[in-house]
Amino acid sequence: MMLELRRRLAMFCGKIAGAIVRRIGKGRGSVLPGHVARLIAPDILSYMADKFQGKIIVTMGTNGKTTVNSMIYHALEAEGKKVIANRAGANMLNGVVAAFVQAAKRGGKLDADYACIEVDEFASTQILPRLKPDCVLLTNLFRDQIDRFGEIDTIRDRIKAAISSVPKAVFVSNCDDFISYTLALECGNPVVAYGINERIFDGISNSEVRESTFCRYCGAKLEYDFFHYGQLGIYHCPSCGWERPAPDYTAEEISLQETGYAFSIDGIPIRSRASAAYSVYNTLAAYTALRVSDAPTGRFRQTIEEFNYGNNREGTFAVNGSRVHLHLVKNPVGFQQKISLVMKDAAPKDIIIQINDNFQDGTDISWLWDVDFLYLRDANAASITVTGIRRLDMALRLKYEDIACEPAQDLEKAVRELSVNGTGNIYMIVNYTGLFPANQMLRKMQAASEKGRKRGQSK
Amino acid sequence: MKLTIGHLYPDMLNLYGDRGNIRCFQKRLEWRGIETETKYFLSGETVDFSGLDIVLLGGGSDREQELVCRYLKQEKHGFQDYVEAGGTALAVCGGYQLLGKYYKTDQAMIEGLEILDIYTEWEPKRLTGNIILKSELSEAPVVGFENHGGRTYIGEYPPFGKVLYGYGNTEEAEWEGVVYKNVIGSYLHGPLLPKNPEICDDLLRRALAHKYGEDISLSPLPDELEHKANQFMADRLMVKKKRS
Repeated sequence: MMLELRRRLAMFCGKIAGAIVRRIGKGRGSVLPGHVARLIAPDILSYMADKFQGKIIVTMGTNGKTTVNSMIYHALEAEGKKVIANRAGANMLNGVVAAFVQAAKRGGKLDADYACIEVDEFASTQILPRLKPDCVLLTNLFRDQIDRFGEIDTIRDRIKAAISSVPKAVFVSNCDDFISYTLALECGNPVVAYGINERIFDGISNSEVRESTFCRYCGAKLEYDFFHYGQLGIYHCPSCGWERPAPDYTAEEISLQETGYAFSIDGIPIRSRASAAYSVYNTLAAYTALRVSDAPTGRFRQTIEEFNYGNNREGTFAVNGSRVHLHLVKNPVGFQQKISLVMKDAAPKDIIIQINDNFQDGTDISWLWDVDFLYLRDANAASITVTGIRRLDMALRLKYEDIACEPAQDLEKAVRELSVNGTGNIYMIVNYTGLFPANQMLRKMQAASEKGRKRGQSK
Repeated sequence: MKLTIGHLYPDMLNLYGDRGNIRCFQKRLEWRGIETETKYFLSGETVDFSGLDIVLLGGGSDREQELVCRYLKQEKHGFQDYVEAGGTALAVCGGYQLLGKYYKTDQAMIEGLEILDIYTEWEPKRLTGNIILKSELSEAPVVGFENHGGRTYIGEYPPFGKVLYGYGNTEEAEWEGVVYKNVIGSYLHGPLLPKNPEICDDLLRRALAHKYGEDISLSPLPDELEHKANQFMADRLMVKKKRS
């Protein structure tokens, strides 16, 4: 009984903490409630997850996890389900606890059908055993924040330990990525595979530098019919015969239309508004997790066609009559994809690249040398501006591709000047800690220029 | 004039932007009008050291190093002869460890190339972070990033530099890396050379002198950006050090 009281108190105080944070405008309260609740009752997450009657879907992976988790969330809501989800980026233990605590009703009841939870790979060993999910989705594994994780093998071992600790969870795995697919096979959980058989990624999406592609079983070098991007592709081992399996779920008839990628999954035709090929993967991953979790998918098509791919983090802003496209990059594979995306726009453009090296960005920026920047020579860029703490390193990287750029300390000033005197088409690529401030800044600038325009009209 | 660069096993030893070092060699030759060719040797391919003027052996994960070891065994004597004859080489991170007798990890004993009488032992605490050295090979401080579980014991060999900030070969040693003949071994991974152009030019000069038998002076390049990027990190870290 004491224990029960303690847990109630934990939930109560967590909720209060969240309310205070939001009230004083110090954040969205997406982490602190978890911290507070765990201080009072350390076992709060396992307790709440055990009592939870609905299904729990966990999404992990180097790239795409926030988008995929958001797709699953929106797809379930569109079906009229009640869903618990953690906020974008609040994917460590306290963020997950906060999501549950915030969702608790009086008496600690969780009145929801599903919980879709994004989990940081590094924190997975803390979170998964407590959460005991019904389904775990791993989108892919690339080198990312290597200084935090050590090596990709280190993080792979961690995820393996985490998922093996919940043997009943269905492991939804991208079988085009042999690193995560072999991991799925090693875990011993039931595996459902998704993959893309068609060649949809262009050459620019493919950096020469990728994780080494050696057979996990015999050590021979894998052969590829073709690469999607990174180490993803259609592979087989010439030595022991191990090969990519036929996926359980796939996207077919994929084509890039003017408005975005069109494709069909499980016979459902979808015309998305996303113009990056990896969005097809994200959509397929979300669909597979939904099917595995016995969720209805009648409104899936509509959800995806209306989906905001930016997660309110990326997006396009109108500033002083110019369009500013904001994009996030976290690692070389992601950066290569964004370069491919920028190249798809033939119009003249100004490019801004911001590189920080704060803890969450990864303090090691060596990975910039794994990105093929040489394509930017042909990107029809009128100017390239580099900003952020490590702007000089970024400038140096471009110098060694014979690409000229301008380092700038004041980002807002640079955007203002380009928006007035530039091509009217600005691509702004930032890494992790630059995203939130850049988003805020562009919103403010957009609002200000709108106000200015209205004032101009009323004269 | 022409230099041929050999990148050994980029399909396995390609961690942390090793390509930055290759790029730096290439561009700094090209900008001076010196011809350059880069040969990539994938694992399993035989390396013809006689056609190479600079060799880059990059970094890999422990697992990849074990795999690489299999291939390198066949190349051991070729590499040894190349180094002893005065060939120029840069060995970074995992590649640095492989120069020695062995690398003992918690899982395995990885046999090295035995080019140097040095050895490496793994410890659970990784030595990770920005690093600054004072090296005899460069006026400016050498700045870079290290990330290694191995501790390398270099005996009586001269080190690459004295550690001003960061860890180096071990936590206790105040030294980083090793220099032997025209070979530099270092934990400063990936793009060591772009921010340390003097080191790059030093290696290029050694390679040219070895090939053309005379003291070659390299024409100066406009390195303001390189120096600024170097200085920015050096200043920032030294301030951080003083504060702590």
